[in-house]
Amino acid sequence: MDFSAIIPALPGLADGLWMTLKLMALGVLGGVLLGTLLALLRLSPNKLLANFAATYVNYFRSIPLLLVITWFYFAVPFILRWITGEDTPVGAFASCLVAFVMFEAAYFCEIVRAGIQAIPRGQMGAASALGMTYAQSMRLIILPQAFRKMTPLLLQQSIILFQDTSLVYTVGLMDFLNAARSRGDIIGQAHEFLIFAGLVYFTLSFAASQLVKHLQKRLAV
Amino acid sequence: MISIQNVNKWYGDFQVLSDCSTEVKKGEVVVVCGPSGSGKSTLIKCVNALEPFQKGDIVVDETSIADKKTDLPKLRSRVGMVFQHFELFPHLSITENLCIAQVKVLGRSKAEASKKGLALLERVGLAAHAHKHPGQLSGGQQQRVAIARALAMDPVVMLFDEPTSALDPEMVNEVLDVMVQLANEGMTMMCVTHEMGFARKVADRVIFMDAGKIVEDCPKEAFFGDLSARSERAQQFLAKILQH
Ligand SMILES: Nc1ncnc2c1ncn2[C@@H]1O[C@H](COP(=O)(O)OP(=O)(O)OP(=O)(O)O)[C@@H](O)[C@H]1O
Ligand SMILES: [Mg+2]
Repeated sequence: MDFSAIIPALPGLADGLWMTLKLMALGVLGGVLLGTLLALLRLSPNKLLANFAATYVNYFRSIPLLLVITWFYFAVPFILRWITGEDTPVGAFASCLVAFVMFEAAYFCEIVRAGIQAIPRGQMGAASALGMTYAQSMRLIILPQAFRKMTPLLLQQSIILFQDTSLVYTVGLMDFLNAARSRGDIIGQAHEFLIFAGLVYFTLSFAASQLVKHLQKRLAV
Repeated sequence: MISIQNVNKWYGDFQVLSDCSTEVKKGEVVVVCGPSGSGKSTLIKCVNALEPFQKGDIVVDETSIADKKTDLPKLRSRVGMVFQHFELFPHLSITENLCIAQVKVLGRSKAEASKKGLALLERVGLAAHAHKHPGQLSGGQQQRVAIARALAMDPVVMLFDEPTSALDPEMVNEVLDVMVQLANEGMTMMCVTHEMGFARKVADRVIFMDAGKIVEDCPKEAFFGDLSARSERAQQFLAKILQH
């Protein structure tokens, strides 16, 4: 084993890591936004909306992420052409991001829903009694409390997404893992690069989950 | 001020309220009592439309709740409500608890809202706690903040749902004192409570509910004056709570 070849490859690996982090951050952001919307639909008294959201969640939780990524890679340009009527090249990054957001939203939805349901019903009553509309009560009273409670779970799910971003190699996106592997392959040192990549994933994920544990303790008191 | 007209409410097949009718005039204090599960909370929550009802109507300050065109959030902003478990917003400071609805619902400026909030906090004797969070206050203090929060909206009427029953005994009086003061200032009040001392002191009328019906509805003097004229259910109930 000779790890010295990794040093000159570091700038390229950093680009890959940046891609991974960008996918994760934007995926989490979009996933939480869409997931919150889905959670509100699932809890809505309107049966049609609630059923739609439930179906969405159950569907995306029953199929592999890899499938969603490949599917969107082909589907997104097709759908855009259908909407706009012309060829709109979107590229692998955009289609992967859409796939992550749609897929993760299903998981974030369940976290947010449980978070909302954990807030005592009286809080909604008190907000309404002060004249707040349903939307105001949710935005100002219920969601801020719910998000505080679920922060550890949301972060835990983000760490999972951090690892899952490696699946984008299927559509040729240069994330961290793909960058490491392709660089290793070229110079015939695939093992060293993969071991290095594993170490980086482990260090970052482990450090992040320790941080979450610490946060969990602090939020619990 | 409040006119409850033949209100009926069902949970599925179970009738929680049957044909409830009564009036609360401006400046009147009405105490509602009755055994657990008799529908007191449900009735008082119908008054600000927190609970929907299927038949009858409630008119609050000339606004009908059954009328589909009524803007219910607007109506609720003019009716103060105090809950058994305080329901302060734990993620907000006391000042923010007092201001949030003034700003977001009534459209007051932040400065105006906090001035009003602080004045009310002063009035319930808690000005020194303005910057704290609800979790840092005792139950009695939290309930006084909750009363101040409701008053900050300049309500035309105040509803209380067992405001002292979740409190340790030594904190009951600090809350009752605030309520007595409010009653003496002429606030229109509808209070679900088993504090008969409070009822004796400030109530104009006492309503007794049992199994979803208003069984007794009479002036305080009559209610406490001649027990033998009361219904059998009311006598049993009073015998139980007046022992203490
Ligand atoms: N959401 C609900 N679904 C079904 N039944 C309910 C619901 N809420 C209340 N009830 C029933 O309605 C009845 C009246 O309840 P309510 O809370 O108004 O009684 P209460 O007089 O306030 O009693 P307490 O003194 O215990 O507060 C009770 O029998 C209760 O079990
Ligand atoms: Mg009750």
